[in-house]
Amino acid sequence: MSRKAKKKRPVKPTLSFDKNVRTLVTPEGIDLRLRIATGGARVSAFIIDLIIMFAVLILLNIAISFASTDMDDGGAEVAEAIWLLFAFVLRNFYFMMFEMGPKAATPGKRLLKIRVANRAGGHLTANAIFARNALRELEFFLPLAFILSAIFFSARGVGGWLIFLGLIWSFIFLLFPLFNKDRLRAGDLIAGTWVVKSPKLRLSKDLSDAPEPTDGQARYEFTPSQIDAYGVKELHVLENVLRKDEPIMIAEVTERIMKKIEWPKPDKDLDKTENSHADKHEFLNAYYAALRGKLETKLLFGVRRKDKFDKR
Amino acid sequence: MRGGSLKSHKFRSDREADWQQLESLLSRLETRSMGALSDAQLIALPALYRASLSSLSVARATSLDQDVIIYLESLTTRAYFAIYGNQTRMGTRISRFFRIGWPKAVQDITRETMASALVFFLGAFLAFVMVRTNMDWYFSFMPEGLMQTRTPASTVAELRDTLYHDGDESGLTRFASFLFSHNSRVAIFAFALGFAFAIPSVALMLYNGCMIGAFVALFVDKGLGFEVGGWLIIHGATELFAIILAGAAGIKIGWAVAFPGERSRMDSAARAGSQAAAVLGGVIIMLFLAGILEGFGRQLISNDYARYAIGLTTLGLWLAYFYLPRDHNEWHEYGADHGADHGADHGEDNLS
Repeated sequence: MSRKAKKKRPVKPTLSFDKNVRTLVTPEGIDLRLRIATGGARVSAFIIDLIIMFAVLILLNIAISFASTDMDDGGAEVAEAIWLLFAFVLRNFYFMMFEMGPKAATPGKRLLKIRVANRAGGHLTANAIFARNALRELEFFLPLAFILSAIFFSARGVGGWLIFLGLIWSFIFLLFPLFNKDRLRAGDLIAGTWVVKSPKLRLSKDLSDAPEPTDGQARYEFTPSQIDAYGVKELHVLENVLRKDEPIMIAEVTERIMKKIEWPKPDKDLDKTENSHADKHEFLNAYYAALRGKLETKLLFGVRRKDKFDKR
Repeated sequence: MRGGSLKSHKFRSDREADWQQLESLLSRLETRSMGALSDAQLIALPALYRASLSSLSVARATSLDQDVIIYLESLTTRAYFAIYGNQTRMGTRISRFFRIGWPKAVQDITRETMASALVFFLGAFLAFVMVRTNMDWYFSFMPEGLMQTRTPASTVAELRDTLYHDGDESGLTRFASFLFSHNSRVAIFAFALGFAFAIPSVALMLYNGCMIGAFVALFVDKGLGFEVGGWLIIHGATELFAIILAGAAGIKIGWAVAFPGERSRMDSAARAGSQAAAVLGGVIIMLFLAGILEGFGRQLISNDYARYAIGLTTLGLWLAYFYLPRDHNEWHEYGADHGADHGADHGEDNLS
């Protein structure tokens, strides 16, 4: 693909309405539709990583202070130096080592199910990881050191204006990801990376896989006009409702659908019996299967009925 | 209508086993490494990946089961990253970095390095001349923290003492504190601030040059010129070289942002950024070595000639390592891979 063509790649795939979806075309020519990690997930992941780093340093500190109680001054000094060395390595290489691994994510990112990826597709180089993390120094640690020193040494004549400028500096970098649609921080910008969602999903049961009718006769049969009441959008809503399986929602949706398709008034038993929830669920399931069958058949003929207002 | 009669249902049940097999292979691959898979599994992986891609595109076109589509998207994305993502082992990566990546990255920014060095030495020269003409300038160039006992008011004996006795801290402490010291921060900031059109990087180089110039001027003024040279060069050959390289990396990024050429500004910045990052990675290593030289070498070796010899030898070694021309296939391929296509052609990327 030439570079020009790549630039003109549509940002939004035609079928998705999610503004967080980005196009990533594999060499095999299929768009994987990556989802950009949200700002919230990024921040949480970073905070988790900070806590981990902090905890490690504190543990090390405790260990060293225990060890150095029976040391002479020289030993304590060595211990302190080791602590400093360790802090240096942790601060500079914690993010790098984890992001270079097969998951391309720090523990915090793993918890939030996000990972670093090359913005242009292709593999994530060590250089890119290095660049995005070197910039962290500028984005986070410098302002932090600045603010801390301003707080603790304010008596030493660090002016209020200087602190103010420092705060502006920090906010520019901290809020940078909120002002671009790809949630890039300055490091991502320089390194050519972005952070995307990488959820591990499980394949759940196919909803159209209804239990075999016991008496050889399906319990619910729908006429073609009844099935024609809805489109793809409603089908997906129905799918979500069925998967969540919350009694109140199921009841409400059942009522609405029954009204819409003019289903004969339910016998009173359906409302009262203990099985009412299961029955309603079964009804919806049957309707889902019927609707999906119909819409998929249309799909095979090239018609995607968007929603109930789409008269095709 | 019964579920079993849906085409999309049949489609799914026919292929589900393959998907699940791919999923289990991926889980293994993600928790451990390539070695976790047997040969047969390794051969199956790409086939399963392509099968799942094809399932995805069929599902998108014919199935209205959101769950399947979302699952397949996530599965193929995972497989894509596993197959086209990081594969090289850490050991191989590190050895490639030292053999090729680092010297090549340094060679690529030779122009910027020359500019950075020029600015640095210009600063040093100016400050030197200014301090020599009027000692008061010394206080404008040197930050208080670095001055300590080294002021124009100090006696020759005091100054000489600072050159041969670094206080009573142990070498290790000095090494450790060196890493958090002024200069290693300067190196990282010279790189990181580069994107502001390189101006901060150039300013940092100039200022650091000034500090060195003023520092040397003070000692020359007291007739300790030769001695301070030895004191500086034993670790400075490595440290100052590292700082100049970091400045050059910053300039590289700034230049790419300011003059992106025919690429987009973002694209240009990203390319320069990851090239310059290799230089910075090396700079951190150089600073480590400089720290060792400063912490231990300078303490143990107080003979001026030995200091000069070590300093000049390290300088020579660095220059040879970075700039001696290499001519083997891997060297050229490395450049093609990282320079020409920033991930545009996955296929070729994957071969490296």
